[in-house]
Amino acid sequence: MSANPEIHSSVSLRSCEKCPLHNAANLRRLGVNTVGFDHVVALLGNPNTGKSTVFNALTGLRQHVGNWTGKTVARAEGAFHHRGRTFKLVDLPGAYSLFSSSHHEEIARDFVLFGQPDVTVVVVDATRLERNLVLVLQALEITDRVVVALNLMDEARRHAIEIDVRALSRRLGIPVVPMAARQGEGIPDLLRAIEEIVSGAFVPHPRQVNHQSESLERALSDLVPQIEAEFPHLPNARWVALRLLDGDHSIIQAIREGTLGNVDQMERRAMPSLNRPGLIEET
Amino acid sequence: MSPGEAILSRAATLRSEFGAELSDHVAESFFTEASAITRDTVQREGERGRMTLDRTIDRVLTSRALGFPVMFLMLWGVFWITIAGANYPSSLLAWLTMDVIHSWLHTAADAILLPAWLSGFLLDGVYLAMAWVLSVMLPPMAIFFPLFTLLEDLGYLPRVAFNLDRLFKWSGAHGKQVLSMMMGYGCNAAGIVSTRIIDSPRERLIAILTNNFSICNGRWPTLILIGTIFLGASAPAGMATLIASASVVFTCILGIIFTLLVSAILSRTWLRGQASTFSLELPPYRPPRILQTLWTSLIDRTLIVLWRALVMAAPAGAVIWLTSNIEIGDTSIAGHLVNLLGPLGWLMGLNGVILLAYVVAIPANEIIIPTILMLTLTLSITDPSLTGMASAGVMVEFEEGTIQRVLSLGGWTMLTAINLMLFCLLHNPCSTTILTIWKETRSLRWTAVATLMPLALGGIVCTATATIARLMGWV
Repeated sequence: MSANPEIHSSVSLRSCEKCPLHNAANLRRLGVNTVGFDHVVALLGNPNTGKSTVFNALTGLRQHVGNWTGKTVARAEGAFHHRGRTFKLVDLPGAYSLFSSSHHEEIARDFVLFGQPDVTVVVVDATRLERNLVLVLQALEITDRVVVALNLMDEARRHAIEIDVRALSRRLGIPVVPMAARQGEGIPDLLRAIEEIVSGAFVPHPRQVNHQSESLERALSDLVPQIEAEFPHLPNARWVALRLLDGDHSIIQAIREGTLGNVDQMERRAMPSLNRPGLIEET
Repeated sequence: MSPGEAILSRAATLRSEFGAELSDHVAESFFTEASAITRDTVQREGERGRMTLDRTIDRVLTSRALGFPVMFLMLWGVFWITIAGANYPSSLLAWLTMDVIHSWLHTAADAILLPAWLSGFLLDGVYLAMAWVLSVMLPPMAIFFPLFTLLEDLGYLPRVAFNLDRLFKWSGAHGKQVLSMMMGYGCNAAGIVSTRIIDSPRERLIAILTNNFSICNGRWPTLILIGTIFLGASAPAGMATLIASASVVFTCILGIIFTLLVSAILSRTWLRGQASTFSLELPPYRPPRILQTLWTSLIDRTLIVLWRALVMAAPAGAVIWLTSNIEIGDTSIAGHLVNLLGPLGWLMGLNGVILLAYVVAIPANEIIIPTILMLTLTLSITDPSLTGMASAGVMVEFEEGTIQRVLSLGGWTMLTAINLMLFCLLHNPCSTTILTIWKETRSLRWTAVATLMPLALGGIVCTATATIARLMGWV
């Protein structure tokens, strides 16, 4: 959880969360006004885990939220102001994996990797933790600055699923915030966790997955320096190398075109072009 | 060789050394780690309760035998509630805006000595068109949208998608097309954008081309009103609302049939190719927060759609008033246009007024009914039974009986009503949707196909029903 111990010891602060005055004092929702922000926060998560609900709660926007998979197809942006800092919040399309080649999953991946958000909030369905954790672990391969929003805790409670949040946080090495975003539960804690990461009050020590393969490590040590030399501004050359070893076509194409790292250009390319000649013949 | 190519060829060499096991190994290690962490941190006390309840409900809602009947009944129920509930508030609103406020505004205009042509233009053209849209559209929308949103929040729509998936597979389209179709029931432009969830360009195009067969916000009110005053009114008393809602449901299902047929034809001719597989997740049923749903669907859908309709109705009202009052020869411009479109309208079992209304309403389907009524009134003004109710381009009274009387004077029959409902389903998309199709496809050709294909279908279907009805001597 959060590094600040007083949140958990203080009962009175817990009840403050419910009070609109408390929230209003600290959180200023700025809607779509995203100019002049200090930090960028990305919302990542499996489909239908409540990313858009969290997005709306923080920005005050009313992006339509649906109880189905694939409601958000492009990234939506909004902003909020919290304790002296202005944040731009980017709601990404739902993704099961960052290794996939589906177009909206690529939009999510490219943004986390190349958009270099200051914090990536992975919204996780507490009732389906195991499958959702795959995405968290993949995100940790790309960036350390991850907060897990353990959402739908109300549903988990109803299903009698108990999660040891502290142990989970310890295992992952990053903050884990239990939430029920639909009811507004946990939003202040999430804000605090985001703030602690951008201010450096909490330094994540994520546990990266050990791939336990010597030959893989050798291949990586071969490729990574080459990639770093060619793309010096790349945030995570190791991950790009991993994707190249996997034969990821969009990354290969981005290297070939020299657009690697440019989110907007990559995104434009990720949209399938429908007037391409030869479309009809394509099978 | 460029440095980029050097990296790629090095990566390719390494890749061939390791073979496929490398990527499997990497992918697998994430899953292993995830399940290890889950094992250590999650305790399930027998996962009782809702999970199994969800499954039981799903077994009914998505079963082969009950899936479709339940869907049909739910849809029918939604429209029954809408039509039964909208009746009284609609007439109340109409009385208020068209009777009370309209005559009050006229008194005020006379008091400040506004010239008659200006008060006619503003109050009888612009204001009345907006008042019409408000009374015809607000009550049904304020009931229908929250009901639909509640079903959506509950998690029922993915079950509908699940049921329809088999049919879509048969038609050679992508199963996710059901979801973009569902979005289309709100707004076709939004439905077109949501086809982005379909990865294959071929299947995405099919979804775009057929999205117009999902009846949108702007068209529901037309169907509901015509269904009520013609089909409902012809039914025995007590059955009226049931029959009216059934006619709307039938039109909606007809739209699904057209979606499937056109998809099947496209995927076997122009857009041939393999159907891709996908996994559809059935989300847990979530108890909707009713008050918030009512509030957001009122703000996000009802008021936004209504606002759009009002903004479109103002210039349309102005155009109707002007064309009805400016005369060339001894007939108004509207009269000339209606006469010009008359023969085509007759062939399609409609009339010139309806076709002209559909031209005026290209920017927004919402204003079809008000436009038809105002034009019909203008052109049958000589009839003595309407004296006191109307002057050129003006409609001042609203009651279901009145509307039907006005339309009957305009030569309407049951055939006209049924064909208007069919044409409402099958005609060109509104200008916003056309623009969205162009933005998404960047292709003039596909935009043209998406625009003209439904229009042509509408022409064919309406002409066919009209010809059959006339040959059988029904009209």
